[in-house]
Amino acid sequence: MTPKLADIWVYLSATPLLGLTVTLLVYQGAFWIYRRANFHPLLNPVALSVAALVLILTLTATPYATYFDGAQFVHFLLGPATVALAIPLYAQFDKLKRAFVPLLGALLIGSATAISTAVGIAWLLGASKITLISISPKSVTAPIAMGIVEKIGGLPSLTAVLVVSTGILGAALAKYVLDFLRITDHSVRGFSVGVAAHGIGTARAFQVSEEAGAFAGLAMGLNGLATALLFPLLFWLVSRFA
Amino acid sequence: MLGALTILLVFQLLGEVIAHGLELPIPGPVIGFALLFLTLLACGGIAEDLRTTATSLLQHLSLLFVPAGVGVMVHLPRLRDEWLPISVALLVSTVLTIACTALTMRWLIRVFSKNTAP
Repeated sequence: MTPKLADIWVYLSATPLLGLTVTLLVYQGAFWIYRRANFHPLLNPVALSVAALVLILTLTATPYATYFDGAQFVHFLLGPATVALAIPLYAQFDKLKRAFVPLLGALLIGSATAISTAVGIAWLLGASKITLISISPKSVTAPIAMGIVEKIGGLPSLTAVLVVSTGILGAALAKYVLDFLRITDHSVRGFSVGVAAHGIGTARAFQVSEEAGAFAGLAMGLNGLATALLFPLLFWLVSRFA
Repeated sequence: MLGALTILLVFQLLGEVIAHGLELPIPGPVIGFALLFLTLLACGGIAEDLRTTATSLLQHLSLLFVPAGVGVMVHLPRLRDEWLPISVALLVSTVLTIACTALTMRWLIRVFSKNTAP
């Protein structure tokens, strides 16, 4: 780099502008690839973006904290977006009323499966205690999962990564699992993706259909609520007997 | 769009105030989501402005997870040490969760539609 370019780089890498702009550029590039591939579930735009950004940050020796100074403006929008989920949910309210008991039953079974199998499998394969705690709410939307883990002594930032990985896996694999089980109803498909893969699954469901998206958003909200309420109780029980 | 964005932020703020005021373990945005849903039910409709803003925000919901996902670079040493339990647990648990939720819901829908059928 010439001295002048180096000066510009030093200046820019200290402002939030760069982190924010790079995030938007990379995401739009990833989304372009995803759309060109006809929304193939395995080319998830979150996975592509994260991989590209980690590569860019590593190559430019930029610490994550510096990057996040800019990216936090995108991260912040998770809050209003969570609130905005009320709107598609309201649009599907009639369908929701009719399926109230099936939704509640599926939520409880799904939520219990998510927590118990994640912790159980990781424990069997010898994960450390802090990883076990951090992985337990992996199917819950990131802000809730991080809040829970912070309260019970895990690593919130590790949880964020595990939550996003779960979302990517869920969004990528749901089509294959649901096709294999011959589940055709879009409300069932959306709801199960929302319980297992929170917002990233919901984003994927919205790309498939408005109905699937609304039920996924509902599932994500309900699973967040249920886990936030039940988890401290569950953890107390387990720590008494384990 | 400005009005709709303000509505979303006001509900999020209300949620945060309630969550912290009552020391609830639920994050503020989730309470805001529940409050907005109840408000829409009470009003019996959605303003066009709110609908279009929400739709465009939710269309790119996956973008909002990217900054948290990039945090993976901070945890690479731990992920290297425990890659097997973490990857198997995430993969198997996610597939099982999707399958169990979908099968339970489909089964309950069948049971209930049978009971209410004339």
